[in-house]
Amino acid sequence: MIEPREVTEQGRSEATPAFIEMLGITKRFGGVQALNNVDFTIRPAEVHCLAGENGCGKSTLIKILAGVYAPDEGKIILDQQAHSHLSPAASQRAGIQVIYQDLSLFPNLSVAENIVFRHHVDKPAQLVRRTEIDQQAREVTARLGVDLPLAETVGRLPIAVRQLVAICRALAAQARLVVIDEPTASLTHTEIDALLETVNGLKAHRIATVFVSHKLEEVMRIAERVTVLRDGSRVGTYPAGDIDRYRLAELMTGHKLESSLKTRLANEGAPILEVRGLTRRGHYEGIDLALRPGEILGIIGRLGSGRTELALSLFGMNPPDSGEIRVAGKSVRLRTNRTAIRRGIGYVSEDRLSLGLVMPQSIADNIVVSILRKLTGILGLIDGDRRRKTVSRWIQELNVKTSAPDRPVQELSGGNQQRIVLAKWLATDPRILILDSPTVGIDVGAKAGIYQTVDALSRRGIAIILISDEVEEVLHQTHRILVMLSGRITAAFDPVEVTERELREAINA
Amino acid sequence: MRDFLGRAVHRHDVQIGAIVLLMLAFFGMLSPGFLTLGNFADLLETYSVMAIMAAGLLVVLISGGIDISFEAIAAVSQFLVATILVRFGGNWFVAFSLAGLFGASLGAVNALLIYYLRAISVIVTISTMTFYFSILMFVTQGRSIYNLPNWFTSDLSFLSVPFPVMVAAVALVLTLFILSRLTIGRQIYGLGGNPEAAKRMGCNIVGLQCFAYGYSGFMAAIAGIVQAHRVEEVVPYALIGRELDVLAAVVLGGASLAGGIGTVSGTVLGILLLAVLQNGLTLLGVSSYSFGLVTGVVILASVSATAYTAKRQRKRSIRHAI
Repeated sequence: MIEPREVTEQGRSEATPAFIEMLGITKRFGGVQALNNVDFTIRPAEVHCLAGENGCGKSTLIKILAGVYAPDEGKIILDQQAHSHLSPAASQRAGIQVIYQDLSLFPNLSVAENIVFRHHVDKPAQLVRRTEIDQQAREVTARLGVDLPLAETVGRLPIAVRQLVAICRALAAQARLVVIDEPTASLTHTEIDALLETVNGLKAHRIATVFVSHKLEEVMRIAERVTVLRDGSRVGTYPAGDIDRYRLAELMTGHKLESSLKTRLANEGAPILEVRGLTRRGHYEGIDLALRPGEILGIIGRLGSGRTELALSLFGMNPPDSGEIRVAGKSVRLRTNRTAIRRGIGYVSEDRLSLGLVMPQSIADNIVVSILRKLTGILGLIDGDRRRKTVSRWIQELNVKTSAPDRPVQELSGGNQQRIVLAKWLATDPRILILDSPTVGIDVGAKAGIYQTVDALSRRGIAIILISDEVEEVLHQTHRILVMLSGRITAAFDPVEVTERELREAINA
Repeated sequence: MRDFLGRAVHRHDVQIGAIVLLMLAFFGMLSPGFLTLGNFADLLETYSVMAIMAAGLLVVLISGGIDISFEAIAAVSQFLVATILVRFGGNWFVAFSLAGLFGASLGAVNALLIYYLRAISVIVTISTMTFYFSILMFVTQGRSIYNLPNWFTSDLSFLSVPFPVMVAAVALVLTLFILSRLTIGRQIYGLGGNPEAAKRMGCNIVGLQCFAYGYSGFMAAIAGIVQAHRVEEVVPYALIGRELDVLAAVVLGGASLAGGIGTVSGTVLGILLLAVLQNGLTLLGVSSYSFGLVTGVVILASVSATAYTAKRQRKRSIRHAI
């Protein structure tokens, strides 16, 4: 276990009185303890990160702050006044504005009208004065120093710009605290920079910002303090400068993430997959690669480098113009994904590894869902006996802790759910598995689970292609790295020898 | 203000306008009786009832719902008002006020059912359509009212503009005003564009829905009165069965079945398009049974376009994410 280097709450509190103090907040939903005696303070105009894995209670805490939920115990001190709970109206009156992940904008209305929409709601039977709307919107954007196309329809704007619109709307509603839920999940690096710039602008106007996130690398750059929640309890509040990414991951998960850097693959057997001179005009060109059983091959490249197009070709969904694909030494033409699946190739697009379970369905059904055809007996009916055997085999082999395979998957813990996903893939008996960005937008703990899954699959002799744009991911989780740039493989690295920096330069060359 | 409704809608207006002009030229060449002032006056008068209903339906579509029951509401209101006028007498003010009251109330019932049952608007309004219409047929036994008061049926054209056209113009201008100049109209656009966001912004959802469906019922009832004035009788089943024509006109005018998008100018063009098409085909001697074909194709095309856009957006967002 780790010893949190918490820098104490006392000592500084006299200097800056808190703007909002949530003290001893406890909340239960039925039998589930969502929050347990949590303290959370926000100082005026500070940038504060609320970090924690999915299900740690951070969104419950925010909803209590927004007045959506009332806490069972504890109090909220707002402007030196104690409240047992807040109503949504009281929360908004106090200047608390929450920007949810979906942003809650109106895609069919203009930027200006989105920013001032609250006026429509506050005065339902009033004339709309276009010039006034435009002027107010201009004032708000000017205050924040952002340049937005006020007349443009929001639905035509990229996500990053919409986020700025949402922040402007919060500002127009006289916000003193802006809570931004998962702001960086879908942004590029430049867009994140612009967002952080904007948040610094909020600070200049004495507006506090709370980032709710499990992906904090970028946000940490401008944050002053970080509060970490785990399993509904507060782990601690730390100055952001004292904490790096690894430490934060430890605090969030409660255990040290072992560095999973692998020793080089000893088994240098015959390749299961060989690709020679594979070309599809406009997508990629002259791709050569070989993959051995049990090997994890990382393909790293930026968006548009051709990595996904190549992966789809290997899965039969994007037929190449020329070149050769050999599976287990035999030349194959992969014209459809059904052919690819018959050849033992699996393709898991982003999120499927974490979202590949039907939550309300039973553990057993989830394990066999992709191999139902193999279980059918005469008349095409499912053979109950074979189904039972398959299910109990995987539950035993993977050591899933469950009382009964007929219980819904959602009752299992996260780690056990990961094992069920693994079982589901193992049941299909693939020889080659292509994982396309398997960890995009998921939290640290779930990431670790997926790495374990990938590792376990590789140990069983399944060859894996891991497509990613995260340098550390391919560095730590693969045996070999290929870099794709503008449709070509431009470099190959051994992860034991290459440094993070060299790899980064190769990608951005 | 142009920008508020988005450039796409305006492009759509231009497109529909061009099609209308092309069709005018086409039918004008083929049929000598088509491009005459008399024919156009007839056309405007005939389609004014549809325009009034379309104005109401437009508001419901923008709010993100759909109303199938408005013709039934028009029929019921028409019958109630005519009965009262025949028995107690009255004037135009009484006729319109009563019709508006009945129509708005019946429309609001739709909204309350949709809101509190959390039901899909198309199912609710098909049910209420059947319900309202069946009660009307049960009570009247299908009998018409012919003995309408003289003041009600006499010609009211002013400067040779027929009365129904005047009412339609007022209805359209009123709708334009509500939708683009009143905050409640902007809230209805917001509700249709993103209902969840509207809820979070504190919009009174049930209130907005009552307004939208009530307005649709209100306009339908007014249209019912105007129709009774035109044909000088009240036939219980005269209006039923033309719901989808009105819907097609509004959708042709650029309103989205997914909500949040639609304009009065587009709706006017949509009606013009349908009117010119149907009138032209009639003058060419094509069977009126073909009109349903047009209606069906328009609605299918709109649904397909909505589905196609959604699919493309999904694909694009996946590509972005990868």
